[in-house]
Amino acid sequence: MTKKPSEKSSGASKDPTRRRKVASGAGVPSAVAAKARPTTSDMVSVSLVVNNVHHSLALDPRTTLLDLLREHLDLTGTKKGCDQGQCGACTVLVDGRRINSCLTFAAMYDGAQITTIEGLARNGALHPLQQAFIDHDAFQCGYCTPGQICSAVGLLAEGRAKTADEIRELMSGNICRCGAYTNIVAAIQQAMGQS
Amino acid sequence: MAPYIGTATSRIDGIAKVTGAAKYAAEFNVPGLLHGSVVTSTIAKGRITRLDTSAAMRVKGVIDVLTHENRPPMADNDQAYKDDVAPPGSPFRPLYDDKIKFNLQPIALVVAETSEVARFAASLVTVEYEEVAHVTDIFAARDAAVPIKPPASPVGFTPPKARGQPNRALARAAVRHEGEYYVPIEHHNPMELYGATVIHESDGKLTVYDKTQGVQNVQRYLCGVFGMKPEGVRVLSPFVGGAFGSGLRPQFEAVLAVLAARALERSVRVVLTRPQMYALGYRPAMVQRIALGADADGTLDAIAHDAVTATSQFEEYFRQETGWSGLLYKCANAKYEHKLARLDLPTSCDMRAPSAPTALFALESAMDELAVALELDPLELRLRCYSERDQNHDRPFSSKALRECYRQGAEAFGWNKRNGAPRSMRDGSELVGWGMATGIWEALQMPITVRIALTANGSAEVACATSDIGTGTYTIMAQVAADMLGLPLENISIKLGDSTLPNSPVEGGSWIAASVSNGIATTVAAVRNELLELAKKVPNSPLANAAPDEVKLADGMIVDERDGSRSVSIADAMRHGGVERIEQEETTNPTADDSRARNTHSAVFAEVKIDEEIGVIRVTRVVSAIAGGRVLNTKTASSQILGSVVWGIGMALHEETLIDHKLGRVMNANIAEYHVPVNADVHDIKVIFVHEHDDSNPLGVKGLGEIGIIGVAPAIANAVYHATGKRVRDLPITLDKLHP
Repeated sequence: MTKKPSEKSSGASKDPTRRRKVASGAGVPSAVAAKARPTTSDMVSVSLVVNNVHHSLALDPRTTLLDLLREHLDLTGTKKGCDQGQCGACTVLVDGRRINSCLTFAAMYDGAQITTIEGLARNGALHPLQQAFIDHDAFQCGYCTPGQICSAVGLLAEGRAKTADEIRELMSGNICRCGAYTNIVAAIQQAMGQS
Repeated sequence: MAPYIGTATSRIDGIAKVTGAAKYAAEFNVPGLLHGSVVTSTIAKGRITRLDTSAAMRVKGVIDVLTHENRPPMADNDQAYKDDVAPPGSPFRPLYDDKIKFNLQPIALVVAETSEVARFAASLVTVEYEEVAHVTDIFAARDAAVPIKPPASPVGFTPPKARGQPNRALARAAVRHEGEYYVPIEHHNPMELYGATVIHESDGKLTVYDKTQGVQNVQRYLCGVFGMKPEGVRVLSPFVGGAFGSGLRPQFEAVLAVLAARALERSVRVVLTRPQMYALGYRPAMVQRIALGADADGTLDAIAHDAVTATSQFEEYFRQETGWSGLLYKCANAKYEHKLARLDLPTSCDMRAPSAPTALFALESAMDELAVALELDPLELRLRCYSERDQNHDRPFSSKALRECYRQGAEAFGWNKRNGAPRSMRDGSELVGWGMATGIWEALQMPITVRIALTANGSAEVACATSDIGTGTYTIMAQVAADMLGLPLENISIKLGDSTLPNSPVEGGSWIAASVSNGIATTVAAVRNELLELAKKVPNSPLANAAPDEVKLADGMIVDERDGSRSVSIADAMRHGGVERIEQEETTNPTADDSRARNTHSAVFAEVKIDEEIGVIRVTRVVSAIAGGRVLNTKTASSQILGSVVWGIGMALHEETLIDHKLGRVMNANIAEYHVPVNADVHDIKVIFVHEHDDSNPLGVKGLGEIGIIGVAPAIANAVYHATGKRVRDLPITLDKLHP
C-alpha cells in the first residue's frame, strides 16, 4: 500500500471554527467583475451561415459558439459535455475544420460557414459516417455521438489517419464514456473505405 | 422465436442519435425560458453566516437569486426527501438551511434571462462561513468506522453469515496469502451534464425534463419535497446521455429548477457545470483486507474478507461488498466484516455494478497472488476452486456456465501459450503481461407494468415508464414485442421515459432487460387472449376450439400452434368484432422462488504491454467471455460488454477522484484531470457470449449492463504483475507505482 493513515491530513484546521470570506461561483473578484457588467449596448452583431442557412443575430459577446447553436438557433444536436474544451461533445465543423464550439465565442466567427450534425444528411440520406455509426453500434447513450461524427468528418477531410492506431490517436479529443471506442474506429474505417 | 430476438438488430433510436434529433433534458427550448446558475460552497463543513446576493441582483437580466433565506417553502421532514432507492438516513435537502455538509454543496441559484447573465451573476455572490473541522479521507476515518449492523435496511446488503471455522482453517492452511487492497473514489462522469428543464404550463402544472434513470422516482420525490399533487408534475427523460448509476436517485438540479419555476411561475432550466457534478454521488473509496488459505493442491479452505467503505455524515450508503468472495469460489470456511466510515462528503452511491468491481479487484488480485504462492496457473487455481453451489445461502445456481467462459475465453486469448514466470514475455522494448480474473454479478428481475395498444392496421405501441440510458432498452423492447406480436419491427413504437406511463422501477442493477422483456410477454399474452376471443367469433372460425395457450401471433395472424393451417388474420378478427384498437396493461412480478441463486458470470483475460524504462502501460488485448443467460440483441449486448471493459481499463489505470483533504475539496473535478479512457487507450477487445440456458424467467434473460466491468481491473493488475513482477494493490495503477 502506498497510502497510510499517518500520511493523511486529519482535517481542515487546528482551530475548529474560523471565519473567512470568500467569493463563491467562478471566483471572480467582485470589483473586477462589476466593471465587466454588460449592458444592452454591448451586444455584438454576428452573421454566419449554419448548415447552409444564413443567420444575423445580436448577441451577448460572452455567447459561445456552442450556446449560439443550442440556445439561439435551437440546433441542440451539438452537445455540451463539459463546456471547457475537454470532452469534444461540442465538435462542429467551421469552414470544414473540426473545432470545440464551447471554447470559442460566436462573435469570432462572423462570416464563417458552420456545419453541425443536423447539416450532414443530404436530401434525407444519411452521411456515410452516420450510417456507419448505426451499422457498427458506435454509440450507446448517443450524447457524444454528434461530436464524434463531426470530428470524424473533419478527420477524413484532414486525410492524416490511415491506420486504426492513427484513427484512435486523432479521435482522442472526443470522449465516449459509454466506451464505444472500438466500434467508433470500425465505423470510421467503414466510411474511409467508401470515400 | 425468430426473427428479431437474439439477432444483431441496429438500434431503433439510432437515426435520432446520429442526426442530432434525439433530445436530452436540457434541450427542450420554450419561449421565455429562464436560466439558473448554481452557486456552490467552498468549504466542506460548517454553516453560512452571510450570503450577499446584492451584486448579483443588480446585474441586468437577473430575475432572482434563491437561497435558503428567501426560498419558498419546502418539506421539513426526512420522509419527504426519501426517494425510492434512498439509503437509510437523512437525505440532503438543497437550499434548505445554512448548514454546509460537503464542499461544492449548492447554496444559491441565480436565475436570469440568459445563461451568460446567470453564470456571470453567480460569480458575484459572496459568502461568509463559520467553518468546522472536516474529515474527507477514508484512511483518517478508518479507525472510527463502525460495522454495518444487522439487521440493516435495505435487506440483503449486510455481509453473509460466516461459515465453518475460518480462523482455524487459516491457521492450519498449507499456503496463505493476506493483503490489503485499495480502490479510490470514482465518479460516473456521464457525457451529458446534469440538467433539468421545467416548463411552467399555463394551468400551473409542471413538465420536468430531467436527466434521470427513474422518471417516476423523480416525480414522487418532487411531490414529496414540494407538497405537489402527482397530477401536477410530469417527469420525462426520453433520452439520457449516460448515467451509470448517478441518475438512480433524484439529483439537486431538478429540485433547484422546480423551486425556481414555482417561485417565479416561469419555465426554468438548470444545468450543472462539469465540476459541480462532483457534488453528486460517487463510487465510495474502499479499503479491503483479504486472507486466503489453501491446501498445497490449490483447494481453497479459508476466506476472510474485511472491507471499509465510505458514506456521508447523513446517510448510510453501502452494498453487499464482501460476500462476493465466499460466493464465487468453493470454500468450506469463510467470514466477512464490513465497516462504514463517515466522511464530510456527499453520500456515495451506486456506480456501475456497485460493490463488485471493487470487491473483486481485491479477491481476484489475492487469488492471483495465491496462485503465485502455490506455483499454479491462475486459471487452473480457479478451476480447482470452482463452486457448483452458492455456499453463502447453501443453494444451487439457476444456471452457471462459468466453466465454459473459462474454456472459450482462454482459447480465444491463447492462454495456453502463457509463460507463467513474471518478466518472461517481451515484445521489443516492452514487457508483456497476461492476466486473468473472474467476474460475478446478480441476475435480477423487478415488478414492472407494460401497456400494449394494437391497432387493426397491424401496428402496436408498447409503453412503460422505464429509461434507456444507452443500454438499448428501446430496441430490445421493440424486438421482443415484434416477435411476440408477430409484427415487423418497424410497426412497433416504443414509449418510455415518461412518469405518466405504466410503472417501472429505476433503470439499474442490470434488471430492466429481464423485467421489461418478460413484462412485454405477459401483456402480449393478454392481447393474444383478446384477439383469440375475437377470432372465435369469426364465421366458421378455424380457431373455434383453440385454447389461449395453443395459439401464437405470427405474420399478422392468430395461428393454432398445433396446426399452422388453422389461423385468422388479426385484421379480420378485429374488423369482424368491430374493434379498432386493443389495449392491455399487465403487471409482471418476478418469481418469489429463493431456492436458487441467480447470477451472471464472466472470465476476463487481459494483455498489457509496458515500456520497461518509463512504465507506460497499454492494455493491448482483452477477451471477455460472458455467461449472461439469453442475449436479446447481440449487437447492443456486445456494446454493453465492450463499454464495461473500457470502464474496467479506466478503473485499473486511470480513474481516481483526488481530494485535497486540507480543503476537503475535489481537486480534479473535470473530465481532463479526472482521467477516463480515451480512444487511444483502447485497443483490441473481444466479447464472447457463451450459451447459457436459464429458466428463472420465461425469456431466460439475466441482464448484461454490469457484468462486463467486473473482473477487468484485476485481470489488468494481474497482467501488470506478470509483465513486471510488481504487485500493485492500490488503484489506479499509474506508472509511478511501477518504479521502485
